[in-house]
Amino acid sequence: MLWLLHGAAGIAAAIVLLILLFLAVEAWPILRHIPLPHFFTDASWHPGEGMYNLAPMLSGTLYAAAGALLLAVPLGMASSLFVLYYASPGLANGYLRLVELLAGIPSVVYGFWGLTTLVPLINQIHAPGASLLAGILILTLMILPTVALTAHAALLAVPHEYIRGAVALGMSQWGIIRGVALPAAKAGIVAGVTLATGRAVGETMAVLMVTGNVVQHAHSPFDPVRTLAANIALEMPYAMSDHRAALFLSGLLLMMLVMILWGLPAWPRKDIHG
Amino acid sequence: MAKSLPAKSSAIRSFRPFRDRFAQFALYIVAFLISASFAWIVFDLVRGGIGHLSIDFLVDVPRNAGRSGGISSILVSTVLILLIALAAALPLGWATAALLAEYVPANSSFGRFVRYSLLVLAAVPSIIFGLFGNAFFSICLGMGFSILSGGLTLACMLLPILISTAETGLRAVPDAYRLSAAALGISRTAALFHLLLPVAAPALVAGLLLGIGRALAETAALLFTSGYVDRMPSSLLDSGRTLAMHIYDLSMNVPGGDASASASALVLIIALLLINIVAIRLIAGWQGRTIIPE
Amino acid sequence: MSIRSSIGMIQFVTLILTLAFAWHPRGNAASEKLVLTGASTIAPLASEIGRRFELQHSGTRIDVQSGGSSRGINDVRNGTAAIGMVSRGLKPEEKDLHAHLLAWDGVGIILHASNPVAALSQQQIRDIYTGKIINWKMVGGKDAAVTVVNKADGRSTLELFLNYLKLKNSEIKPHVIIGDNSQGIKTVAGNANAIGYVSIGAAEYETKHGLPIKLLPLDGIEATVTNVRNGTFPLSRPLNLITREPSNSLARKFIEFAGSAQVHDLVEAQYFVPAWVR
Repeated sequence: MLWLLHGAAGIAAAIVLLILLFLAVEAWPILRHIPLPHFFTDASWHPGEGMYNLAPMLSGTLYAAAGALLLAVPLGMASSLFVLYYASPGLANGYLRLVELLAGIPSVVYGFWGLTTLVPLINQIHAPGASLLAGILILTLMILPTVALTAHAALLAVPHEYIRGAVALGMSQWGIIRGVALPAAKAGIVAGVTLATGRAVGETMAVLMVTGNVVQHAHSPFDPVRTLAANIALEMPYAMSDHRAALFLSGLLLMMLVMILWGLPAWPRKDIHG
Repeated sequence: MAKSLPAKSSAIRSFRPFRDRFAQFALYIVAFLISASFAWIVFDLVRGGIGHLSIDFLVDVPRNAGRSGGISSILVSTVLILLIALAAALPLGWATAALLAEYVPANSSFGRFVRYSLLVLAAVPSIIFGLFGNAFFSICLGMGFSILSGGLTLACMLLPILISTAETGLRAVPDAYRLSAAALGISRTAALFHLLLPVAAPALVAGLLLGIGRALAETAALLFTSGYVDRMPSSLLDSGRTLAMHIYDLSMNVPGGDASASASALVLIIALLLINIVAIRLIAGWQGRTIIPE
Repeated sequence: MSIRSSIGMIQFVTLILTLAFAWHPRGNAASEKLVLTGASTIAPLASEIGRRFELQHSGTRIDVQSGGSSRGINDVRNGTAAIGMVSRGLKPEEKDLHAHLLAWDGVGIILHASNPVAALSQQQIRDIYTGKIINWKMVGGKDAAVTVVNKADGRSTLELFLNYLKLKNSEIKPHVIIGDNSQGIKTVAGNANAIGYVSIGAAEYETKHGLPIKLLPLDGIEATVTNVRNGTFPLSRPLNLITREPSNSLARKFIEFAGSAQVHDLVEAQYFVPAWVR
C-alpha cells in the first residue's frame, strides 16, 4: 500500500521534471548562438529583428502578480471570514456558491469582459485603458476564489475547542478571529495563497486581452505591460525556429524565477508541518 | 456549513467594541463589492446572450462556425474531458495528499521535494501546459488531438490544487482521532478511509470544486491537446472542444460570434452551479453516513 | 464510504470508461481522416468547408485544429497534418511546400466612429504609428492623444502593414498591442481616440451591427470587401492551404473542393473574398 502512495506522489513530482526538461529541450536551439546575457541587455523585444530582452516582461509579470495578490488576499480572506462568522446561514451559502462560480468563469470570459467593460472604463481616467491596472483587477477577480475557498476550508478545520475556549474567556468576535482562528488556520491559508500566486503568475488568456501587451517597464499602473505567459500565447502561433525557441526560453526563465521564489522561504521552513 | 460555530452565538453579540463593528462593516462591504462584480459580469453575459438561449441551443450541433445551431457536441466533449481529468487527478492527488499528511515524516526530504514540485507545478502558465501536453500526451504517447490527451493535461494542472487542499484538510484533523483509532486497533488504512478522510471532507470538497472550476475555465491548455473540432465525439481518441474553447473561438476569432459566446458562457455558469451543488450534496451525504456530529 | 460501495464505484467507473473506449462506430477504422492545422483565422472557415465536404463524401472525417500559421507549416513538414492553413503567402525558405489559394482577406485601418477624421494619407499613418503625430488635432481631429493599436510580432497582417508603410516593427510606438482581429476591433470600439488595422470583412460586419467603428479609405480607395474583390484595394493578404507534394488523394479532393464555387457562400459568410473571383 505504501509503495502505491509513494508512486503516486512520485508521479506528481515527475511531471514537473518532465515539463522543465521539455522547456529546456525546446529552448536549447537559441541558446546555442545567442548568449544568455542578451536576454536581459538587448534593446527591446523584437524577435523579427533579433532582439530578445526579457526583462520588461519579467517585471510586467511580477508587478501584475504582486498587485493582484495585494488585492486578492485581503478580499479573499475577508470573504471567508464573512461566510463563516458574520453572515446568516442562507446568505453565507449563497455567497459561497457565488465565489465558487467566480472560480469557474473561463479566463476568456474575464478577458472579454475586461476588454469590453473594464478597459474603456479605465480609458476614461487615463488612456489607453488597457494597462497594468486592468490586468491587476482582472487577476484579482480570478485568484480571489482560490484564496477564499482554501481559507474557508482551513478556518472550518480549526478545532471547536479553541473557539469555545476563547468565547469562555470573553473575547470579542473579531478578537477570536484575529487571535485564535486565523493563527490556527495559518498553514492552510498560506497554502491557498501560494496556489493563488501560482495562478496569478501563470494566467495567460485574460491578461493577454486587458494589459495592452506593450513590452516596457511600467512606470504607473496605467501603463500597458506584457507578461511572460501572455507573450508566449501571443507570439507562439506565428513563431518560427529561433523566435519559437526564445519563447520556450522565456517559459523556462519564468519557471526558474518561480522556483527561486518558492525555494527561498520553503527550505528553512522545516517545522511548519511538525 | 452545517457546523455553525459558537462564534455566532448571541453570547458574543452583546459585547461589541468599535473594532468589531468596523470589522463587520468592512467585511459586508467586501462581500458586496465581490457580489457586485460577479453580478456585473453575469449581467453583461445575460444582456449579450439571453436571446440566443433555448432548448435547441442545448441539443443542436453547432452550425455556421457556431453562430447558429447549438452546443450539444461541445457539452459532451466538455463532460468527457472533465471526467477524464477528475478520474486521473482525484485518485492520484488524494493518494499523494494522504501520503504527505499521514505516512511521511514532516521533515523527510521526499516529502519536501514533492511539496516543492507541486508548488512549482501550480505556477506553470496554462499555455506551457498546453504545449507540454501536446508534446508528451499527443505526440510522445501518440494520443494525437484527443479528448484523452486534453483530459490528462488538465489532470496535471489540477494536481496541485487537489493535493494542497487535501493535505491541509488531513493535517487539520486532530491527532486525537488517529490515536483513538490506534488504541481501538483500527489499521491506519481503515482509519484513513473511514475516519480521517470524512472528517477532512470540507477541505476535499473545496479542492474538488476549485479543481472543477479551473478545469472548466481552461482554454490555453486544451488548444493543443484536445483541439478545435466541434463534431460530436465518438470515442475518447477523438478531438473535441470544450465550452471554454468554444467561447474563446466565438468571441475572439469568429466575426459575429459574440451572442453565441455569451449564451455559451451562461450555460457554463449554470452547469457549474449544478455540478457544485451536486458535489456538495454527495460529500455531505458521505460525511453524514460516516461521522456522527457532536 | 464502505469498502463495498467504493469497489462498486470503481467497477462502475471502469465500466463507463471501457464503454467509452469501445464506443467506436466500426466505420471509424474504415473512414478516412484528414487533419488540418494552422492559422486560427482560417480555422472556422476550414471547419465549415470540412463539414460540407463530410456531408458530400460520407465516411470521411475532416479534423480542423488551430495553433497558428507556423504550426501549420511545421505540421505539414513533419507529417502530423496533411494540409496546413497559413494566413499569408509562403516565404522563400518555405519553397518546399505548395500553396493553394483559399481566399483573400483585406486589411483596413479603423477608427472610432466618433472620430471626425475621414481619411489619412500614407505619410500621416506612418507618422502616427512612429509617434511623430501624437494628437488628433494635428490631422484635423479632436484635441486628444492618439492611442496607437498595433499587431503582435509575427502576424501576417503586421508584416503586410509594415511593408505597405515601409517601416520596421521597432520603429512603431504602440500604446496597445493586440493578437486577433476581434481584440483589435473591440479595443478601438472602446476607445474614442484609438487607431488600428484589422480584417476588412470582420470590421464591415461589426459596423453593420452597430459597433462604433469605421473603416478608413487607403490611398483614396474605400475599404470594402467589394473593393478587395475587384482588386482595387491596395492591402490584402492571401489565405492559403498548404501541402507537401506528394499529397494523398483525400487531401487533393478536399483542396479542390475548397477552391470550387460550391463553398463561396461559406467563404463569404466568414467575410473573406473567395479565391477565384479575383
